[in-house]
Amino acid sequence: MPAISFQSVAKTFSGARGDVHALTDVSFDIQAGEFFGLLGPNGAGKTTLISILAGLSRATRGRVTVMGHDVVTDYAAARRSLGIVPQELVFDPFFSVREALRIQSGYFGVHHNDAWIDELLAHLGLADKADANMRQLSGGMKRRVLVAQALVHRPPVIVLDEPTAGVDVELRQTLWQFVARLNKEGHTVLLTTHYLEEAEALCGRIAMLKQGRVVALDRTSALLAGRASTMLRFKMDTPLPASLAAQSRVTGRIVQIKAHDAREVEAILATLREAGGQPEDLEIGRADLEDVFLEIMQGEPERVAA
Amino acid sequence: MNGALSGARTLLYKEVLRFWKVSFQTVAAPVLTAVLYLLIFGHVLEDHVKVFDSIGYTSFLIPGLVMMSVLQNAFANSSSSLIQSKITGNLVFLLVAPLSHWAWFVAYVGASMVRGLVVGSGVLLVTLWFAPLHAVEPWWIVIFAFLGAGMLGSLGLIAGLWAEKFDQMAGFQNFIIMPMTFLSGVFYSVHSLPSFWQTVSHLNPFFYMIDGFRRGFFGVSDVSPWFSLGVVGTSFLVVSGVALHLLRTGYKIRH
Repeated sequence: MPAISFQSVAKTFSGARGDVHALTDVSFDIQAGEFFGLLGPNGAGKTTLISILAGLSRATRGRVTVMGHDVVTDYAAARRSLGIVPQELVFDPFFSVREALRIQSGYFGVHHNDAWIDELLAHLGLADKADANMRQLSGGMKRRVLVAQALVHRPPVIVLDEPTAGVDVELRQTLWQFVARLNKEGHTVLLTTHYLEEAEALCGRIAMLKQGRVVALDRTSALLAGRASTMLRFKMDTPLPASLAAQSRVTGRIVQIKAHDAREVEAILATLREAGGQPEDLEIGRADLEDVFLEIMQGEPERVAA
Repeated sequence: MNGALSGARTLLYKEVLRFWKVSFQTVAAPVLTAVLYLLIFGHVLEDHVKVFDSIGYTSFLIPGLVMMSVLQNAFANSSSSLIQSKITGNLVFLLVAPLSHWAWFVAYVGASMVRGLVVGSGVLLVTLWFAPLHAVEPWWIVIFAFLGAGMLGSLGLIAGLWAEKFDQMAGFQNFIIMPMTFLSGVFYSVHSLPSFWQTVSHLNPFFYMIDGFRRGFFGVSDVSPWFSLGVVGTSFLVVSGVALHLLRTGYKIRH
């Protein structure tokens, strides 16, 4: 039995300007114990899919189950199996951290679990904030409380919807160590993130969404091996020649161009030389998940250098 | 089932704790408001308004003010809690929890009733200094206070689900709840009104809540308390049915 199963899920929003298809026929399973990444650009439908899973939103068609429980017809059992860390930094200003955690736990019918609450607080670096009011916490601290609230009823499946957006390095490290430990202990983790290096480091398997469809679904290693090859990276102050600009990824001075083999590298360098460009800090490296992501999102099968 | 019950209990506890933490604003302030009404209207109108025979105007006014406070605060509790949670986004904590629509209903309406009855009791305790009052038929007091608080708590739930902005909520409060409470006979006996306005008053369910509640103190009322019970009970069932339906279908909260 998969931990999460999406079966032909579709979501259509009806608006004044006609129907918007946020999700079209999305199907995949996440097995128990997996660390699974859900990637895609803004507006691809990641949060809509998570919302349907969590019961915040209803699918127009299709079916979603959590640990075998349908999220609509058997919502109570499905939600008990699920811990959701929402994307928005929300909090209830009336309560302290400990009160918020006790109340959240109580909603799930779990009471008198202060030992676990203390453990959560300690692991998330919140022990000294237990009695502080939610309003007094910094953004990063509020984010930690959201993680604790999602875990307070000990769900077997954890969903993190862009948990590190706008979060400092220290919290990111604390969070990933903690989540990785929970995953080792058997929890299934579904992560959406914009930080592709995080997904590459943590997720065993990845699905990529584009305009509401699954456009890639594979083991992270297979995605990296199967798609992109090597990348030529260098820094340059002058503009790229037009023939190269179209196939390059430029971040400030840094230019990255895909090159399959030595001949392609030579061809690129020759083109640069002819245009009078002076590449610095030249290096050739393996493609990372970001390259794969961009290649898939641009939707072009294979591009040939030079 | 046990888990579902304890979930509802936690939500009820959280909703009560929410208003209790700001009780200066949610309990003390409405008690003060009611006392001001009593001082001003009681003083100005004591010798001018004719109500029931042998009952002084101030004595007559007190049960009306108590019931008005019960109703307004029961409405304010569920409606403001829901709209605040919707606008700040923390309603998500409830939406991801395995709580049934019954659990939501019992908790939100239950907490509204607690607040309404606490404020009402406060108003009664303070205003008793100003005029003698005896509970002649106390069961009517209890029945109408509970039913009225429950109905306004449900109405607040509906308003809280419907409103998307604070000004929509203020509109609901100012254009529906306030006129219906003020035109329900809190400050006068409807028998003193011209016949047209008497007819209009009889279409207002709030009138029957106030009249039935007052019956418990004086043993006299504008209409039979059994008839009032029928009207108020039916209104409560209708409003609760609508609130439960909206919760079950996730109206404006599950998209």
